[in-house]
Amino acid sequence: MADWLADNTLLLGLALLDGLAYAALVFMVAVGLNLVFGVLRIVNVAHGSLFAIGAYSAASLGLAFASAGLPPWAGYAALVLAAALVGAVLGPLVERLVLRRIYGQEEVLQLLVTFALFMILEDVQKLIWGVQPVSQDLPMKLLGTVDVPFGDDVIPFTIYQLFVLPGVALATLIGLAWFLRRTLTGRVIVAVTTDKEAAMAMGIDAARVTLLTFTFGAALAALGGALASPTTSLVPGIGAQTIVLSFAVVATAGLGQIEGAALTSLLIGLGRSVAVYFAPEFEVVVPYIIMVAVLLVRPQGLFGVLETRRV
Amino acid sequence: MSGDRDAPAAAPAHVQVHAQGPAGVTLAREGALALLAAAAAILVAWAVPWLKFVLTLALAKGIAVLGILLLLRAGQVSFGHAMFLATGAYTVAFVAPRIEEVLLLLPLAMLLATLLGLAVGLFVVRYRDIFFGMLNLALSMVLYSLLEKLYDYTKGTDGIRVAALRFAGTVPGRETQEWLMFGLALLLAIGFGLLVRAYLGSPMGRALAGIKTRETRLEFMGISARRVLLFAYVLSALMGGAAGALVAMTSRHVTPQLAYWTSSGELVFIAILGGAGSALGPFLGAAGFELVRVYAAAAVAEAWQLILGSVLLLVILFAPGGIWGMLSGRLRGRGA
Repeated sequence: MADWLADNTLLLGLALLDGLAYAALVFMVAVGLNLVFGVLRIVNVAHGSLFAIGAYSAASLGLAFASAGLPPWAGYAALVLAAALVGAVLGPLVERLVLRRIYGQEEVLQLLVTFALFMILEDVQKLIWGVQPVSQDLPMKLLGTVDVPFGDDVIPFTIYQLFVLPGVALATLIGLAWFLRRTLTGRVIVAVTTDKEAAMAMGIDAARVTLLTFTFGAALAALGGALASPTTSLVPGIGAQTIVLSFAVVATAGLGQIEGAALTSLLIGLGRSVAVYFAPEFEVVVPYIIMVAVLLVRPQGLFGVLETRRV
Repeated sequence: MSGDRDAPAAAPAHVQVHAQGPAGVTLAREGALALLAAAAAILVAWAVPWLKFVLTLALAKGIAVLGILLLLRAGQVSFGHAMFLATGAYTVAFVAPRIEEVLLLLPLAMLLATLLGLAVGLFVVRYRDIFFGMLNLALSMVLYSLLEKLYDYTKGTDGIRVAALRFAGTVPGRETQEWLMFGLALLLAIGFGLLVRAYLGSPMGRALAGIKTRETRLEFMGISARRVLLFAYVLSALMGGAAGALVAMTSRHVTPQLAYWTSSGELVFIAILGGAGSALGPFLGAAGFELVRVYAAAAVAEAWQLILGSVLLLVILFAPGGIWGMLSGRLRGRGA
């Protein structure tokens, strides 16, 4: 074991760094999915498409800024702006036009409605951005790399992935926890999540809360995509990949858990990137193996709360 | 279930996935409609030869969707059922070089899918609702990535070509082969349709609806909800395997895409499109789905998913009973 570790320190180090950056992105998507589920009681299959559209929009906006002669740091503004735009446009559109019609209906139908949205958005994305890879890695290159010491070696790793991604994820986690527990709007959202009818009886405008939450969740997914866009080249299918992974995170963490989703993202992100370096065949399988293993032992998820059975 | 006139008065709307279930459609009418549909399928296959291929695939998918229908009765959605279809398909692809006989390959594919269904089922029937759906999704994704990554065995995303097969010892010509596959699919569809109908009318099948409404009450009566669901799950896996074998033998090419979660989503889509009220629904849905897909892909290659998705949205929002719901509504309207 000690020998093996000595031989593989470098790879292990890379896996840890990669995993951290990856976990940050997964968390951004999963936490939005979780939040939306809490309030709307709908598992949004199209959540991954919002991630993808956020990513493509950020790349396009970044390229447009660059060709308009704006300074390079405007690329960061492009990331945030694109995410906000996607959230503000698609969020209300989807919630008002489609989701609003199916609240309280059977789960099967709700799942399928969002699946239909997924199919539609997937093609919309292909119609707008085509099927050729799109990439815009300026925001990542601009910050350069830093040498991370690991044992006797150093690993040059991009500052963007090492600090910016985890930093934004951490800020989101803390900000969200503060927002939900300390502000009026946040507490209203929690109230609707806990007991919608009681909240409405207290005079809370549930329709407004739903719209707000969905838009916010959509913006988080889009921000996840926007942040991911400089680190990879965008191809069709990233939406489908992202959503199954964040499903795995949400189910492993247990529904409605924010801190739990963060820890689980870390667990799954690290697990996946260790697999990438040591057993690449199983890269895609690892998150699900973790999920299945957790659910075998704790059927309600790592941090989920058991519900009493109705009679 | 639709034909049971002696159904207790209290068994009602919730038995159907959609409230507008075809409670008033009798066995005779459903049977007549099934025969009519089969005759129409044969006629179309004869008149427009290239549609024979599309219809065979539709029949195969319809069989898999019948399995989804069973789980829907229990209020559970499997977003991973394509794994059984893929198991059946890959069984055919793997074994075909050694055993070329269709009539042996088919039961073998069904057997393997059933075994996988039992293994997976023992695990997933402990969960309900979102967790049930997600676990199925997760396990199907495991199968997908294995099929994709174990290149030495599966040829990865390239997939495996299925060589020419024998049919009861003979090697038929291309035209005859197509007709044989179509006939086999039709025969299996009718057989499984009748089986599902009988099963849903049996106590085991009826208990499924109990899982949907209030599982605890089912257990108070001494019925094990897990066992009820497991039986349905294994049966649905078996039908998925049969469907997969048919798909592999018809399209003669298998790829990991068969197991991807979007393929599972399509199966649930077809179930809702056809309507979950009758064993005929899945086949109506599958035919509708495949035809829309073929024509949409021909008309606007880049946007066929967009069209299918829009159709799905419209069906759910405006025709929640699916094609079957619309048909049976009309049948009853004529004074049943």
